[in-house]
Amino acid sequence: MTSLLETEDETMLRDAARGFLADAAPVANLRANRDQGRPFDTALWREMAQMGWAGVLVPEAQGGADMGQRAAGILAEEMGRTLAASPFISSAVIAATTLRAAAGQHSADALAAIAQGDLLYAIALDEGRKHAPLNTTLAAEKSGNGFRLSGTKAFVADGGCADRVLVLARTAGGPGEAAGLTLFDIPADRAGLSKTARATVDSRDHAQMVFDGVEATGDEVLGTLDDGWALLSRGVQAGQAAVAAELLGVAGGAYGMTVGYLKERKQFDRTIGSFQALQHRAAHLWAEIEVTASAIANAGRVLDATPAEAGLAVSLAKARAAQTVDLAVREGVQMHGGIGMTDAYDIGFYMKRARVGTEWLGDYGYHAAQVAAARGF
Amino acid sequence: MPDTAALDAFRTEIADWITSACPPALRGRPISEDRIVWGGRKWQFQDDDQKTWMQAAIARGMTAPRWPVEYGGAGLSRAEEKIYREELERLQAPPPLESFGLWMLGPALLEFGTHAQKLAHLLPVTRGEIRWCQGYSEPGAGSDLANVQTRAEDMGDHWLVNGQKIWTSYADRADWIFALVRTDRDAPKHKGISFMLIDMNSPGVTTRPIQLISGKSPFCETFFDNVKVPKSYGEDNPSVVGQVNRGWDIAKYLLTHEREMIGGGARGLLGGRSLGQFLGDLDGALDNPVTRAEAMRIEVNALAFAMTMERYKDQAEAGRGVGNASAMLKYYGTELNKERYELLMSAAGSEAVEWDGPHGSLAPEWLRTKANSIEGGTSEVMLDIIAKRVLELPNS
Ligand SMILES: Cc1cc2nc3c(=O)[nH]c(=O)nc-3n(C[C@H](O)[C@H](O)[C@H](O)COP(=O)(O)OP(=O)(O)OC[C@H]3O[C@@H](n4cnc5c(N)ncnc54)[C@H](O)[C@@H]3O)c2cc1C
Repeated sequence: MTSLLETEDETMLRDAARGFLADAAPVANLRANRDQGRPFDTALWREMAQMGWAGVLVPEAQGGADMGQRAAGILAEEMGRTLAASPFISSAVIAATTLRAAAGQHSADALAAIAQGDLLYAIALDEGRKHAPLNTTLAAEKSGNGFRLSGTKAFVADGGCADRVLVLARTAGGPGEAAGLTLFDIPADRAGLSKTARATVDSRDHAQMVFDGVEATGDEVLGTLDDGWALLSRGVQAGQAAVAAELLGVAGGAYGMTVGYLKERKQFDRTIGSFQALQHRAAHLWAEIEVTASAIANAGRVLDATPAEAGLAVSLAKARAAQTVDLAVREGVQMHGGIGMTDAYDIGFYMKRARVGTEWLGDYGYHAAQVAAARGF
Repeated sequence: MPDTAALDAFRTEIADWITSACPPALRGRPISEDRIVWGGRKWQFQDDDQKTWMQAAIARGMTAPRWPVEYGGAGLSRAEEKIYREELERLQAPPPLESFGLWMLGPALLEFGTHAQKLAHLLPVTRGEIRWCQGYSEPGAGSDLANVQTRAEDMGDHWLVNGQKIWTSYADRADWIFALVRTDRDAPKHKGISFMLIDMNSPGVTTRPIQLISGKSPFCETFFDNVKVPKSYGEDNPSVVGQVNRGWDIAKYLLTHEREMIGGGARGLLGGRSLGQFLGDLDGALDNPVTRAEAMRIEVNALAFAMTMERYKDQAEAGRGVGNASAMLKYYGTELNKERYELLMSAAGSEAVEWDGPHGSLAPEWLRTKANSIEGGTSEVMLDIIAKRVLELPNS
């Protein structure tokens, strides 16, 4: 196992990201997005791209920074800390990882555009209420030289703003089988593809996508026919690790606000942080965050070193992150007392993002089961 | 043992009455917040049926079943009231009237008020004519409620009230407020507070709504700016309930009352659907062993908790008060309700994260449950009460 300590470069990246986001994307930014009905701030995304974040996983040959999955996790975590809304995970992590593994000219061009921040992807994967990629039923039927796609994707993150969609479809086999799944890369404005925005509690971009006989050419198959999951699962694992990292950041942000409040608020002529009942819970939360941070760092390291064998590390990270962020936001609201329930305070935004992030690409139950299976029980 | 024959007869009688008095269109609807009949000067019924039902109930004293008849109640025993509630539920009839007057002001006045105060204030409450709100919490007085700073200065024939309340539910729709105000600033915290009845129409009273993380809410901030409150509203009918500077006793009494209510509220769920019904409608919701184990755990606890509520109510009825153990009901019931909503959210997965998705208002309801363990005294404060007063553990 390589060291879980951050390298000097990684620490510099974290410090730079934290400083930038604290100024450019505090929670007030998310609040403004919500109030103005926009899923994210495009000017902010442009700045992120200029700093190389959009290309964090793109090879230097395509203009990327190529810093690796651990670095991507650090960025996601820092974004989570201030709830910075951006299409980072869908485009710069999942799509970039998948395209990079796919190779070829189309992928190279797409990666170059992603690195510039000019091309946004969404991943059309889950069809039901829970993450279950192998249960994909959206059908891609042969039609002339190409395919016709029909079905519904229920919960597509960044689906509203995406320029292109990676869509997992079934070309053979049945529910539960990885064989027979094919990955397509098509423009989001293709005829027959309709998107309905879902007004989610985290005020981010989520859409339902309905494919009604959407045409795709044979060239738009990414990877191998009937074996698309082998390719997309690389991207999805990177995405799971990044969402886990983001949730660690959400937990850290909520924790920070809460401890700050414990030091400020007075009741019974004392600072509430002096009550041992609260001290111990804050201390416990800190311990949970520390333990989760290791699982997050490990997932990044394993994805960089041995991406083909990252399942356990990634699921461990997402399972831990889901548990920890849940504790952090519940404790956060509770320890703020009444004002924690008001929209005027920021802590509630953390709770909302935690809920959505937990569902995205597998919740605690899903990933704990993956861990159990990987550990042989 | 209670006289079962008499109670059985009562059950038949009350069921007949409900069946004839409550218009059929009101019955069998899911219970929902926006169908509650609150009454008050500003009140508007959603339909004539609501009005018919409320008036029938008023005529029989059934808007306040347990209150004495002379104050607009029906004078029922606890056993009879329980039967009435059971029959309402069985016949799927909504309560004819609900209000803070019925829930809180009533119990306070019945215990601490003068005859004239009861007559003047309780009758209009039972008739749905006057709607009350509760003015307790302040920005600096939450868990430490006795720290209220809203001042009432003695000006001879009136009190001059200045200060700010927070979390006043429906202050913008209420006609009157019962408020904790400081009438002696030099006395120790708990000994300078009075329980005051104030007309919301008084010049200088303003309200501002509070937006919650779950969306719009009935809660307000209420501001008092040089509000003149008469010392007396008539003979033997002072604006202060009980003794001046002894309002804390009333506040404590009511808080105990409120806690039992909030703890018990953890039952109704998603328009009356049980956990099993909700989960049963979600194909495959319990396939994951973690979710399944959580559902089982919560159901076990919920069933045992419901029994505990009943046991404590019976104990109270038998004249052996529940006392500080009500803190346990409040603590346990609200924590349980939060867990239940976490489970529902998790079972409904991505369908649950929309403000208004396939499961209706599940997401805002889930967010709203987070206040259950804060409103009416936080879980920490409840545990503190148990530790200090039930377990008699020493102070730190
Ligand atoms: C939705 C909602 C509805 C409400 N409705 C009403 C209402 O109708 N009428 C009304 O008067 N008020 C109402 N309240 C106010 C409520 O009673 C207070 O919010 C509550 O008592 C907590 O006070 P606070 O908000 O000032 O929090 P604080 O007292 O500041 O508490 C902050 C945190 O510190 C903890 N804490 C405080 N003291 C201790 C201690 N000694 N030991 C350990 N932990 C401690 C608390 O438990 C909490 O976690 C409502 C609040 C909410 C959120």
